[in-house]
Amino acid sequence: MKGRGLAVYTWLALGYLFFYLPIILLVANSFNASRIGSHWGGFSLHWYRQLFADEQILHSAWLSVQIAFFSACGATVLGGFAGLALGRMGKFRGRTALAGMVAAPLVMPEVITGLSLLLLFVSMRAVFGWPHARGALTITIAHITFCLAYVAVVVQSRVATMDASLEEAAMDLGGRPFRVLLDITIPGIAPALLSGWLLSFTLSLDDLVISSFVSGPGANTLPMLIFSKVKLGITPDINALAALIIGVVTLGVSVAGGWMFAQQRQALVLQRQQRTERP
Amino acid sequence: MSRSQGVNGQRLFRAVTSGLPTLWLCVFFLAPFALVLKISLADPVIGQPPFTPLIDATGSLHLTFDNYRLVFGDSLFLASYLGSLRIAALASLICLLVGYPMAYAIARTPQPWRTLLLLLVMLPFWSSFLLRIYAWMGMLSTHGAFNTALLTLGWIERPLALMYNDFAVYLGIVYTYLPFMVLPLYAVLEKQDPDLREAAEDLGATPWRVFMDITLPLSLPGIIAGLMLVFIPAVGEYVIPTLLGGLDTRMIGRALFDEFFVNRDWPLASAVATVLLLVVVLPVMIFQRGRGGAHP
Repeated sequence: MKGRGLAVYTWLALGYLFFYLPIILLVANSFNASRIGSHWGGFSLHWYRQLFADEQILHSAWLSVQIAFFSACGATVLGGFAGLALGRMGKFRGRTALAGMVAAPLVMPEVITGLSLLLLFVSMRAVFGWPHARGALTITIAHITFCLAYVAVVVQSRVATMDASLEEAAMDLGGRPFRVLLDITIPGIAPALLSGWLLSFTLSLDDLVISSFVSGPGANTLPMLIFSKVKLGITPDINALAALIIGVVTLGVSVAGGWMFAQQRQALVLQRQQRTERP
Repeated sequence: MSRSQGVNGQRLFRAVTSGLPTLWLCVFFLAPFALVLKISLADPVIGQPPFTPLIDATGSLHLTFDNYRLVFGDSLFLASYLGSLRIAALASLICLLVGYPMAYAIARTPQPWRTLLLLLVMLPFWSSFLLRIYAWMGMLSTHGAFNTALLTLGWIERPLALMYNDFAVYLGIVYTYLPFMVLPLYAVLEKQDPDLREAAEDLGATPWRVFMDITLPLSLPGIIAGLMLVFIPAVGEYVIPTLLGGLDTRMIGRALFDEFFVNRDWPLASAVATVLLLVVVLPVMIFQRGRGGAHP
């Protein structure tokens, strides 16, 4: 029994090594003065300086952040509505269609989503003259479409665990639906909306394939720029960029995770206390 | 008066709540597929847009199945479909073999450490996918970490060709999608009642028997969910075979992307997409529906 536990935990440790070794080496190399990864040329911030002097990268990064922000907002509104409709409204006409269309983007290969949206934009332009040019707007529309599915799933599962009686009581007392939504439902699903927004933001920031299809000349998002650089091999200023992005994400998740960890710990201590007080 | 107003308001509210996302998805998700189908039946031309209209100026219908003939007749496309299925299937199985013991260990860890271990699995998922693949390029390249370590140890004399082959593609897919396997497995293993195992042990079952007869069968829903979550995105993968694979690594996502961007043959790319949709995506969706549409 002991030996088996040891084997499983050794495997787990190796798994974490597999997850983190490439990332740790990448971050370490971003401080390497030498251009060749295998040779340590001393500590240097050279690649970071080069990164912040690169107008093209800064421009793309800013574009990506803007697109991610608006995509996350749009996806949260539409996905929130979809999650509410699926989780709260019982049977309604078009429920099956909505449920299917919310589930489908999650299993759709990106190349198909990207291609089909591009063909849509091209055809819409031919018929309506809109969208006039492909770029930030078409990328945002595409990102809203695939992100709203994720938000809907998160919101729907949150709504399912929530007590409906508060909303029903408010409705029975003559509350207008919009007021009930603002005062009761939205505060109730706020955690789901927040995690849906964050998920959408990171998914949008990370998307390469769909953006490549629906983008036009001149609109290069950060992943598109990174991809065109790394296709040619290792480029040290991308190491610096990667280290920065990974640093920001690690910080964010650590703060959120540390909070969860502390809460779990507190709950555990309380539980133990109650158990000892009860005898 | 106010009562009927309330009912009307509620009706309007319900219509907006379900109608807005439905409308958006109809326009930007459903309608585009009809266009893919339509353009897959057109001829490629040089121009903007680079395909012929289905109904020409004289009003007569103009359909061609040439693109489908090309997709099914060209051994390159066939090899790409089969390559995608093979690589995705094998990579999902490797993920299962690697991920199961990990999920098992996490599920058996007491709180609060369990939350910490789980967060460590999820952390890579939040950071950029593209940059994580790039990190592996730094590990596997000729002057990368592996070759440097092995050369320094004196185990090899010349750098190994670790990148630009199928091995690197498997590695990249397993690395990227392993969290998608571990999380659903953890979810089912964590929920298992320890009393069942204890009862079996008390009745004299060996640890191996307990695992094979109780733990493993009860974790089947998690295994299926995990396999799907790895297999589906892996089939259409474009970035991993392009950055880590060799020229002979055939995957359909890459073939479609290149057909579109390099050869600029939109109708042929549409036909490739349609076949991918019908052969891979649709069966998976029907299978999931049959299981009750269980989404983790």
